[in-house]
Amino acid sequence: MNTKAHNHLDIIDVSVELGGNRVVDNVSLSMEDGETGSLLGPSGCGKTTLLRAIAGFEQPSRGRVQIRGQIVSGTGHHLAPERRGVGMVFQDLALFPHLTVFDNVGFGIRHKGSDAIRRRVYELLELVGLERHADMYPHELSGGQQQRVALIRAIAPEPDLLLLDEPFSGQDLELREQLAREVREVLRLDGVTALLVTHDQLEAFAFSDRMGVINCGRLHQWDSGYNLYHWPADRFVAEFIGRGVFIRARVLDEDRLHAGIGVISGEMSMSYPAGTEVDVLLRPDDVRYDPQGSISARVESAAFRGADHLYTLELGDGSRVMCHVPSHHAHQPGEEITIRLDLQHMVVFPRDNSA
Amino acid sequence: MMRSAALSAGGNSRGLQRLPSGWAIVGALTSLIILVPIGAVCVYLFTPASENWSHLVDTVLPEYIRNSLWLTVGVALGAGSIGVTTAWLTSMYRFPGRDLLTWLLLLPLAMPAYIIAYTYTGMLDVSGPLQGWIRRAFGLSYGEYWFPEVRSLGGAIVMFSLVLYPYVYLLARAAFIGQSVCVLEVSRTLGCSPWKSFSKVAVPLARPAIVAGLSLALMETLADFGTVQYFGVSTFTTGIYRTWFGMFDAVAAAQLSAVLLIFVFALILLERWSRRRAHFHHTTNRYQRLPDIRLSRGWSALAFIACLLPLLFGFIIPTVQLVIWALETYDTMVDRRFVTLAWHSFALAAGAAMVALVPALILGYGNRIHPSRAMRFFSRLSSMGYAIPGTVIAVGILIPFGALDNALNHWTREYFDMGVGLVFSGTVFVLLFAYTVRFLAISLQTVEAGLEKVKPSMDDAARSMGSNRAAVLRDIHLPILRGSLLTAMVIVFVDVMKELPATLILRPFDFNTLAVRAYELASDERLADSSTAALAIVAVGIIPVILLSGAISRSRAGTRPI
Amino acid sequence: MKPNSSRIPLASLALALASMIVGSAPVVAEDVVNIYSARKEALILPLLQRFEADTGIGFRLVTGKADGLLKRIEIEGEATPADIFITVDAGRLQRAKSAGILQSIRNPVLNETIPLHLRDKDSQWFGLSRRARVIFYARDRVDPEELSTYEALADEKWRGRLCIRSSGNIYNQSLVASMIRHLGEERTEQWARGLVANLARKPGGGDTDQLHAVAAGQCDLTLVNTYYFGRLLNSDKEKDRAAAEKIGVFWPNQDGRGAHVNVSGAGITRHARNRAAAEALLEFLVTPESQGWYAEVSNEYPVVPVAPISDTLRRLGEFKADTLNLTFLGENNKAALQLMDRAGWR
Repeated sequence: MNTKAHNHLDIIDVSVELGGNRVVDNVSLSMEDGETGSLLGPSGCGKTTLLRAIAGFEQPSRGRVQIRGQIVSGTGHHLAPERRGVGMVFQDLALFPHLTVFDNVGFGIRHKGSDAIRRRVYELLELVGLERHADMYPHELSGGQQQRVALIRAIAPEPDLLLLDEPFSGQDLELREQLAREVREVLRLDGVTALLVTHDQLEAFAFSDRMGVINCGRLHQWDSGYNLYHWPADRFVAEFIGRGVFIRARVLDEDRLHAGIGVISGEMSMSYPAGTEVDVLLRPDDVRYDPQGSISARVESAAFRGADHLYTLELGDGSRVMCHVPSHHAHQPGEEITIRLDLQHMVVFPRDNSA
Repeated sequence: MMRSAALSAGGNSRGLQRLPSGWAIVGALTSLIILVPIGAVCVYLFTPASENWSHLVDTVLPEYIRNSLWLTVGVALGAGSIGVTTAWLTSMYRFPGRDLLTWLLLLPLAMPAYIIAYTYTGMLDVSGPLQGWIRRAFGLSYGEYWFPEVRSLGGAIVMFSLVLYPYVYLLARAAFIGQSVCVLEVSRTLGCSPWKSFSKVAVPLARPAIVAGLSLALMETLADFGTVQYFGVSTFTTGIYRTWFGMFDAVAAAQLSAVLLIFVFALILLERWSRRRAHFHHTTNRYQRLPDIRLSRGWSALAFIACLLPLLFGFIIPTVQLVIWALETYDTMVDRRFVTLAWHSFALAAGAAMVALVPALILGYGNRIHPSRAMRFFSRLSSMGYAIPGTVIAVGILIPFGALDNALNHWTREYFDMGVGLVFSGTVFVLLFAYTVRFLAISLQTVEAGLEKVKPSMDDAARSMGSNRAAVLRDIHLPILRGSLLTAMVIVFVDVMKELPATLILRPFDFNTLAVRAYELASDERLADSSTAALAIVAVGIIPVILLSGAISRSRAGTRPI
Repeated sequence: MKPNSSRIPLASLALALASMIVGSAPVVAEDVVNIYSARKEALILPLLQRFEADTGIGFRLVTGKADGLLKRIEIEGEATPADIFITVDAGRLQRAKSAGILQSIRNPVLNETIPLHLRDKDSQWFGLSRRARVIFYARDRVDPEELSTYEALADEKWRGRLCIRSSGNIYNQSLVASMIRHLGEERTEQWARGLVANLARKPGGGDTDQLHAVAAGQCDLTLVNTYYFGRLLNSDKEKDRAAAEKIGVFWPNQDGRGAHVNVSGAGITRHARNRAAAEALLEFLVTPESQGWYAEVSNEYPVVPVAPISDTLRRLGEFKADTLNLTFLGENNKAALQLMDRAGWR
């Protein structure tokens, strides 16, 4: 009935209620075939529930879920999870302890002929470098290996859509980003459309073409990672993605603001009438260390991060900003340095008086 | 408008995790049926206290409390220390004979407490061979040498500890095996000696399992009648019996039972409380290989001896004594009727083992699918039968079924002018019901522990890979639960083989079991004659115990039983 | 493959169980008597088999503890299949009577052969064999001249020299019940306290254990039913016979009321369906042959005066028995229990 060609996944005005609470509130998003996406948000924000609704484990109280244009939830339909062709990787991996790696991976295709199963399982095991672990039991594998088994188990039946529920959360912080990148590569090779849920933005950046920030059941923005960082739709997204601080300013004209430290200029995310009291977002990479800079600041604290230091600086008007400084410029807390602002564009929101 | 439409739609839809509340109803019904016998006895509670009650309080109640308390403490220490030590040694260290001892240590489970009590009394009493030898060898007469009195509170504690420690051993061993070795190794790197990492890390981590095993052992201790009666140790159970049947005062007996139940309920709460904390312990789904620490020759010998002693005293010595007696008497005791006895015992035990699984599965799944306070409360309540003396349960079963049968007879007489006699009472059906009420605690606990291993995400994972609900049960739940179900069946089997008081009161005409035969002869003070039947109980009971130990060692392949 | 191999035995087991359940459904037949017996199977089955052979009347048997069986008949009410209730203690018979589960039987054979004091005055139960509970002493340490009565066992000279079973034992309860009848509660309680003070060890064990304790020297005196001693005498174990050799029997209160005697007995249930068959069984049990069997096999004394006495019983000697009507044993049972509780007889 819809004349517009459908997307691979369409979530249209979906709400989910659990025990009387609206956990997912009127969410819409769509994904193209072969895309990888992430839902990012603090814990308890409803992102896992949304994922479970897509998989069919929860039934939306409102709205529709469509996969390849076919309604799987909504308007009176509810397709059982096992008939949706949706694969899922769980936070606790949910490997079957009584089955070997081979049988775990082959679980979703066990109705096929034994040759076909063998071929597919080994193809996937080779893809993740576990072909020699086929006869082991899950408890005999390392955490990373278990992770990979859970992943290929979910994609073995060649699902239309793969859902991943914080599958890397059990891993070391440094490993997560790398794992996310590896998984994305595997999915790309297998041509799988996938949606990841996580609270770790680096993981999400590494994994996805498109990302959404979700909080209290509402999807704040569904966009590319770049846009999420540079053009956040609202204060929540701005604060949640990346580091940064807001400083107070007043609008002078279309591309200039007056702040306590002087005049800042750049392309503005939204235009406001002159004289509007606003907050402008300064990310650490907007603030440049510059011995010839016009703005002086006092180093409040410093964190050495190898290639650079991350300084927290106190400006003349008392506001604080963060700044990446190359590693060889070492300053002690309390020292005065000079900086300049280098904004390609300015993220500006009307003054939040409650803050 | 829109809002209300959305809300009503939400009201109709249910998350798939929660099945229709039919489960809750079935679960509640199940536990109500299980509770009928206990309830039938508890009805007496609402009658005002009789004068016998004040007699009890004035004379014997303090002693009942004191003895029951000491018995509980003693058996907790005895069975606890034996069970934990042997479980630790056999799961962490490698020494000669370990693999054999691992399953041999379960054997005392097959030995009924009253039989081991009779046997040791026969050996160690004043007139027994040991004291007789001491007197002859040293030319002493009684009183000129010190010898512990078997028939005493201390003796009872030792007997119970020897045959009940396997419950602790079984559960503690499963817990030790499941513990992440990393935790233990971390504690070693933090400077803990092996002993310290055992006492400060491993035991606290396994505490829920240890407490669960202990609570089974203690409930069985509290419900025992035969052993304490024979030893002349007055406990709640002997008191209930005496008040009910001796003074013919059901009210005071029920009130005594209530005191016992409070005692038991405290135990159950203790166990649940520590179990709840267990959820935080088992967060990792990574199991490590067992450490298999090799011991030096001296330590090996010590470990071997430590594991051999409970086996020696709890099984080998009494069995040898029984065999000696049986050799004297078997020709008069074993005949065709004996084979029938053995078959009755076996069939009853096997039947009860299967039947008792049904309510356990219903309640276990009820708790999993539809968790609610009421559901949990009901299943806790249904577990109490284990601590209630078999006689009390038997009478509690007779009352409602007798009433039902009489109502049936009135009805048939009115409409068909003939009575049908007993339809339920005095049948195997009633016996199986009694066993289910009595031993549900075991099957429920085991099933619940098994279900905890099947994480909800596994259900979801299987369904997202195309399995429907039935397939999930068949392909995921059943294989993972199999070890636990087997364990539950084996323990119930062995317990029914040993069960006496309920069998004695409830069984049909011309239907004897090995336990009844052994008891009749032993209580007629014909120990030697009873030994054949006692030995047969042990022999039939060993078979499933061996099966069980096989399941345990195989369980390392992926899942743990219990 | 695995499920199949385990399914077959499971199915056959279920089938067998089902057949057991169906097979145990009540059958009411003309020529059958249904027995609830507190007398152990081994001590009643041979007689029943002989009864079946003699009369052609079949039987079905459940054994158990007297109190449990009594409760079962009471609860089963009108629907009870039990025709006859057999127990080994007059106290229990009286309890059955007061629970209202027995009926009066006007049977001339029973009334003529069984002495009045050994049956219920309303003919609801009948004694079938007698057992005496008397003093046994260590022959090397006790001079029988020192012994006289039950009462004298509370004497201080026996301090630390007495063994006895616990007060949970029905034979002790019945003995104390008879003492209450003869002496009154107050004096009986004093006596019980004295007895407890004289104990060499805490009450416990069975009657045979008490005899062995005397033989082994743990104590010098005990109160035991006569047939346990008879069993030791006739044991095929050398050790038992040696113990019996060291022990002497003393018949107390021979100058007074006589030795305490209890009975095993039976009554016909109120709702018996096979009353005629049940009466036939009772009549059979008091025939001289059956009475002789009691004496031979279980060393009990017959209730029928003319019945022959076995060698073992003859060896124990003649004695004067207390002719107290056994009804009192049941009536005083509760008082006896409470008295023993108070006296510290555990």
